[in-house]
Amino acid sequence: MSFLNNVITGISLGSIYAIIALGYTMVYGIAKMLNFAHGDVIMVGAYVCFFATGSFGLHPVVGVLLAMVVCTVLGVVIEGLAYKPLRQAPSLAVLITAIGISWFLQNSAQILWGAAPKVFTPVVSGGLSLFGGQLNISYVTILTVVSCLVIMAVLSAFIGKGKMGKAMRACSEDKGAAQLMGINVNSTISMTFAIGSALAAIAGVLMCSAYPTLMPTTGSLPGIKAFTAAVFGGIGSVPGAFVGGLLLGIIEIFAKAYISTDLSDAIVFLALIVVLLVKPSGLLGKYVPEKV
Amino acid sequence: MTAMKQARRLRKTTVNSFINYAIVIVAFIAVQILVGQDMISNSMQSMLVPVCCYIVMAVSLNLTVGILGELSLGHAGFMSLGAFSGIIVSTALKDVVTADPLRLLIAMLVGAVMGGIGGVIVGLPVLRLRGDYLAIVTLAFGEIIKNVIMVLYVGIDGDGLHMATKEANLVLAEDGVAIIKGPMGAVGVTKISSFTAGLVLILITLFVVQNLVDSRAGRAILSLRDNRIAAESCGINVTKYKLMAFVASAVLAGAAGALYGLNYSSTVASKFDFNTSILVLVYVVLGGLGSIRGSIIAAAVLTLLPEMSFMRSSSLKDYRMLLYAVILILVMLVTNNPTLRGVINMVSKKFKGSKKQEGGAAQ
Amino acid sequence: MKKFIALLMAAAMLMALVACGNTSTNNGGNDTGDTTGDSAGDGTVTIKIGGIGPLTGDAAVYGVATQLGAQVAVDEINAMDSNIKFEYDFQDDTNVAETAVSAYNTLKDWDVDIIYGCTTTQPCITIAGETFADRYFQLTPSASSTDVTAGKDNMFQMCFTDPNQGVTAADYISEHQLGTKIGIIYNNGDAYSTGIAEAFIAHAGEVGLEVVATETFPNDKNTDYNVQLNACKDAGADLVFLPIYYTPASLILAQANAMGYAPTFFGADGMDGILTMEGFDASLAEGLMLMTPFNADATDDATVNFVESYKKLSGDVTPNQFAADGYDCIYAIYAALQTIDGLADMDHEALCDAMIAAFTSPDFSIDGLTGSGMTWSANGEISKDPVVVVIQDGAYVTM
Repeated sequence: MSFLNNVITGISLGSIYAIIALGYTMVYGIAKMLNFAHGDVIMVGAYVCFFATGSFGLHPVVGVLLAMVVCTVLGVVIEGLAYKPLRQAPSLAVLITAIGISWFLQNSAQILWGAAPKVFTPVVSGGLSLFGGQLNISYVTILTVVSCLVIMAVLSAFIGKGKMGKAMRACSEDKGAAQLMGINVNSTISMTFAIGSALAAIAGVLMCSAYPTLMPTTGSLPGIKAFTAAVFGGIGSVPGAFVGGLLLGIIEIFAKAYISTDLSDAIVFLALIVVLLVKPSGLLGKYVPEKV
Repeated sequence: MTAMKQARRLRKTTVNSFINYAIVIVAFIAVQILVGQDMISNSMQSMLVPVCCYIVMAVSLNLTVGILGELSLGHAGFMSLGAFSGIIVSTALKDVVTADPLRLLIAMLVGAVMGGIGGVIVGLPVLRLRGDYLAIVTLAFGEIIKNVIMVLYVGIDGDGLHMATKEANLVLAEDGVAIIKGPMGAVGVTKISSFTAGLVLILITLFVVQNLVDSRAGRAILSLRDNRIAAESCGINVTKYKLMAFVASAVLAGAAGALYGLNYSSTVASKFDFNTSILVLVYVVLGGLGSIRGSIIAAAVLTLLPEMSFMRSSSLKDYRMLLYAVILILVMLVTNNPTLRGVINMVSKKFKGSKKQEGGAAQ
Repeated sequence: MKKFIALLMAAAMLMALVACGNTSTNNGGNDTGDTTGDSAGDGTVTIKIGGIGPLTGDAAVYGVATQLGAQVAVDEINAMDSNIKFEYDFQDDTNVAETAVSAYNTLKDWDVDIIYGCTTTQPCITIAGETFADRYFQLTPSASSTDVTAGKDNMFQMCFTDPNQGVTAADYISEHQLGTKIGIIYNNGDAYSTGIAEAFIAHAGEVGLEVVATETFPNDKNTDYNVQLNACKDAGADLVFLPIYYTPASLILAQANAMGYAPTFFGADGMDGILTMEGFDASLAEGLMLMTPFNADATDDATVNFVESYKKLSGDVTPNQFAADGYDCIYAIYAALQTIDGLADMDHEALCDAMIAAFTSPDFSIDGLTGSGMTWSANGEISKDPVVVVIQDGAYVTM
């Protein structure tokens, strides 16, 4: 039974990683940049929902929608002010700017909302209790997994079918050629950031529902873990982010439960290295042959 | 290329290298004079050794990122290896080698060797990965080092070194001392680092990196960055040269780590985390990929910036780190602004007449 | 282009360096010869107290608490009709030794007389080494490792040491028969947590407690504790000892509740503050026991006044034991200063020796928010009575 419990815990943690990784991989796939500020947008989303439901007593659904609106605006503003001017710059310059944004958001959050941790009220509470209380599955876990699957399906459909999705794929393949075909590359990338940031808001709310402490630095560690998960699954691949996130969560929990809690981080990263050595483009990543 | 042109190119890179040495030495002498005249505040003086360490870190990371063209997010891991091995050696040799500079030298050498060993262990398997996948593996490596040192207890007594993963398991004789105490890190370290040692390490780093870049091997490394497949088809051994650059970078980071660790009476493994790796990467990118001089200046300026007295004054100190972030973003935007770039290029072209600027990788 | 920017940056740096030099030429560098204060003719002595602690980053919440707690005391003392006045500056160390050294030197440039801090253990060990060499008196509100004070006569603590807390906890649990099978969950990336846990484990056997599960987590950003809780549950632990800070503890309590595991939880002083977290469901902490020297709900005048003043400064945040320890630090320093003759003519070295003598003198004893009759031994450790409280109906009840 403890094995099943650990599986559930792993899925619960993994689905959180997965939902963050979706945002990472989406922005990476289309804008080809590692958006290290993604974790901090998550933190902002969680704070917005916290204040909306806590201080203003709004319904959790309204809180989530509000968080999505704020994060979308924030994402578009960040993109316009900080990333757009660097469209022609080397990708590392954009990476460093993203880190600057991340520090900016963390420190602004501390000045605005204080350093003291706040306790987030979960948007749904309670859970299923099976086998006479031996096995507990919280509704947040179920909600997270379901949201993850829905978002994945919607994203896949959006990118695969719609006009905007086609434009995104075109930009991802070749920006120059896309522009020649009459696609507005700038607005397409802005759109990507808008969607990515809205996803971040959802991820923030779900993450803080599952693990309800909220601090200005709340987003940074899950951000790194989710980035790892995205690479694990093959960065740029939407199903890959889901699989990578889930696996990372399960490996982390199993390492803690059956090997050592002392060295769980080391074991997770070791597993990652081994997987990448066997499959150098991640689990579901496309292998792109190099041409001369 | 004619022989004449080649000679001129050589001269130019040599001159560039010497300008770098000169800048470092002049800065060192200037700081020493200012210190002698009591013109530099205590807080700036306390930053001198760390600045030297970060300069070495930045220049060595530039070798991997700027010159080899592979993104590494775990450079602090090598620094950590160097710091803790340096501390262990320095403590162990306390009674044997009493001259501090000599002991520091030995510690830095051991730190360099440990960094190098780490570099080979990481480099051999992972250098066949590319781009972001390599980046994530270096990140993973840095986290593993941090995690392992965090649970490590190392002590020394008459019988030699002892290691354990729990404090209770570290059994030492009466005269024994615990050197590394898990999450507490290394405690009670005798501080033996000095600014002069920092200068020497920077000069050695410059010597190694500039000569490597300027050699046959260096040109092979540069060709790998610019076009790996073309280089490979010209018969260049990819693994060998990649590993050469990667390990050289790790060796220097290890030495810098030893210098850093021996500058404080206590050091923890969590200091050398992902954030420190990122910080060094910021110096490299801000200074300009492949530009050694840029790395030196960016590392020095950005390390000192948040510690400047105006940043710590009562009106600004609450916004210190916020300002730092804003400055970082602004500098990235300004230096990459195409209009500004065009203007500066035009001006510099006018000064140089019609002579075309040569894009030497190492300025 | 790069050269242009490089030159620009270099010039900026040089200017900044020189600017720093200029502002500090009068006081920077070697600081012997400075005396502690300006005696304004009326016998008033101004003492500069320099604090160090994390104001940004993960540990900011603790640094801010110690900063403001001391600020309350400084304001009170300065408003008193006393011939000792304080100037107070608190510098950010981001919980990193390197930054702490720079913060400390910034304070030296400001002509500091007494160092208050650091808030967190690791930077404090480094700074204690510096102040020991430079001869500044240093009093930390909250850096609790024995390594902080070891071998340094100038270094004093306001908080219990970690081993002391571990041993006290084991004794208390055994004496009051709170449990026999003990599970421990601690942060093995944190010196404070590891220090208490190791001492507890070492002492538990001696007092008849059986430690059935020892579980760790790597840092306070860790979010999932189900594995650790499951291990304690499977081992049949009837009491879980949590020598950790309240942020991870709040998650542990919530997750234990969700999985239907309800042993007795017993915390150390880092647990104080859990009830004041915004949005925390106090029913989760019902029955939680912790050792804390401070109770913000206490009704004595001193505590009530302190809580009120602190809330004004902090924007309505309730003070925790970090803040209270900080407040007591300033009053302890004030009390010690009052016993010293000839303050006005002392440089910081003489002051350091005088303060050490005052703190270790047999009749020096302080009554504060975190204890009464507090005394210090020559090795800098405090002696005060531990108080164990239990949370009932969302409030502390002293046991």
